[in-house]
Amino acid sequence: MNRVLPILTVVAVIVALWYAATVWMNAPWVRDQAARAGQEVTTSQLVRETLNQERPVLPAPHQVIAELWKGVSGQAVTSKRSLVYHAWITVSATLLGFAIGAGLGILLAIGIVHNRAMDLSVMPWAIASQTIPILAIAPMIIVVLNSVGVQGLIPKAIISAYLSFFPVVVGMVKGFRSPDRMQLDLLKTYSASQSQTFWKLRWPSSAPYLFASLKVAVAASLVGAIVGEMPTGAVAGLGARLLSGSYYGQTIQIWSTLFMAALVAAALVAIVGGIERVTLKRMGMAR
Amino acid sequence: MSGALPGWMRMPLIGFVLVLGFFVLVPLLEGLPVAEVGRVLADPRLWTVLLVWVLAWMGNAWLSERATTRLAKGVVAACFGLTLLLLWELMTRLYAVPEVILPSPSAISAKIASNLDTLWIDFVQTFVKGALTGYLIGCAAAILTAILIDRSSFLQRGLLPIGNFVAALPIVGIAPILVMWFGFDWQSKAAVVVVMVFFPVLVNTVAGLAASEQMQRDLMATWNASYWQTLFKLRLPAAMPFIFNGLKIATTLALIGAIVAEFFGSPIKGMGFRISTEVGRLGLDMVWAEIAVAALAGSAFYGLVALIERRVTFWHPSQRH
Repeated sequence: MNRVLPILTVVAVIVALWYAATVWMNAPWVRDQAARAGQEVTTSQLVRETLNQERPVLPAPHQVIAELWKGVSGQAVTSKRSLVYHAWITVSATLLGFAIGAGLGILLAIGIVHNRAMDLSVMPWAIASQTIPILAIAPMIIVVLNSVGVQGLIPKAIISAYLSFFPVVVGMVKGFRSPDRMQLDLLKTYSASQSQTFWKLRWPSSAPYLFASLKVAVAASLVGAIVGEMPTGAVAGLGARLLSGSYYGQTIQIWSTLFMAALVAAALVAIVGGIERVTLKRMGMAR
Repeated sequence: MSGALPGWMRMPLIGFVLVLGFFVLVPLLEGLPVAEVGRVLADPRLWTVLLVWVLAWMGNAWLSERATTRLAKGVVAACFGLTLLLLWELMTRLYAVPEVILPSPSAISAKIASNLDTLWIDFVQTFVKGALTGYLIGCAAAILTAILIDRSSFLQRGLLPIGNFVAALPIVGIAPILVMWFGFDWQSKAAVVVVMVFFPVLVNTVAGLAASEQMQRDLMATWNASYWQTLFKLRLPAAMPFIFNGLKIATTLALIGAIVAEFFGSPIKGMGFRISTEVGRLGLDMVWAEIAVAALAGSAFYGLVALIERRVTFWHPSQRH
């Protein structure tokens, strides 16, 4: 209770502010309409009309929730109007890219930890690449792959993989190096080989770092998949939904898609977090 | 046998054999005739690329075994980057890769040199007006908010989980909405950047304000320091490593936000605008030129913030060398 009450209060305040902003931002249009019809608007009328417009500047929370609900449960999940359908398109690209990016990232981290040449050559670039707006290459990847005949899921997954790759590399190098001198020396006195040291010491002790970087990576993958859907006029997926909403001025559609994207992101991070909790608990590392 | 070889030759040779094996095995497994595989292997272009690659790797391995100073380590990293560029150039030239798929580095640098004015206009529009303005407003707002909610533990307990939650969301998605509200020019890009940088900086600043130790705060109390004195003389300085952590994360986010927001509508200038239109016209050399500028601007921005951090938090253990 001690934790829930403050959060609920803040959420309530945000919703109240949102309603106030809805009235304020949509009022000019209502006044304009009334003036054209030669009518006066009373305050109660103004509030009622601003909260229920077809294409509001800012839709009211209940409109967004209603649209979200309609998108999720209004039709079969295979329908093109279903938000679940669009979310699944995006999530499948996200998960494929996440798996590729995280897998390659872990492999590169293993190489970096065991090979000094790789460490000195690749690591500075891996760190520097995190300061670069990688997302800018998304449109190019899509179009170039399209022109060599690769379409659909794969180009989006490549962008997702690229975005999730570097956080995993940097996090896992830190993780594989987290055993201290004493532990490494102990394994040396046992005459452990390099692979034994890796599987019995480095890999287990990197678990907290693994999950921390996986959480960052999965969120980045989702952003990559959504942005990957934008520049090509893709017809399905959350990014395509956002883009078509912005073309046709369907603000309620944009907001409901945004909420869907937020729910998906929260679910993905929560799944990784859940696996983290179970794993670390079984490894006896839970804090 | 490999025991007789020096260490810096071993890995590159293994890599060489593996890649060569790949070129032999994959066609064979795909059912191509042996003569075809022989033709691939007789191609001098393949050998040129592979030799450059292996020799550069050996050179770097040899160098990195001896590199102990920071300068030498920097040379190793630079060699690696230059090798990648060289291989890129070689492959696009030897195999005559079409410009619309992958332009060569020399073509890209030629494009940069001949389009400096356009690149500069785009840079000012996206980076200075969009990203930098939004970054300054967003970070200032976040730090002020953190200081304001710092006095109420109720607000902190309410806002922090929400801030953490929002920081993980795909916030770039609000770009179409903000472009609708604030118009096509840089104001809407700055607005996207403000929202994107706000939560990471807020969360880090709140964590930082809690970083001073009880002992230190007690000391301030025994000196009868007021809230504001404690804040400015103890807690804000102690929070600086955390705040800068947030500020550094925000530099990348700012540039991403400004560029992606331009995909949704922009006046006829800006890096994101140029990228999306040139991609449509298949002018990939210009796209790569913009990406090079974005990469340079991103690293320079990050480097600048890191430099300021070193000046401000010189006392912190992570800054000692």
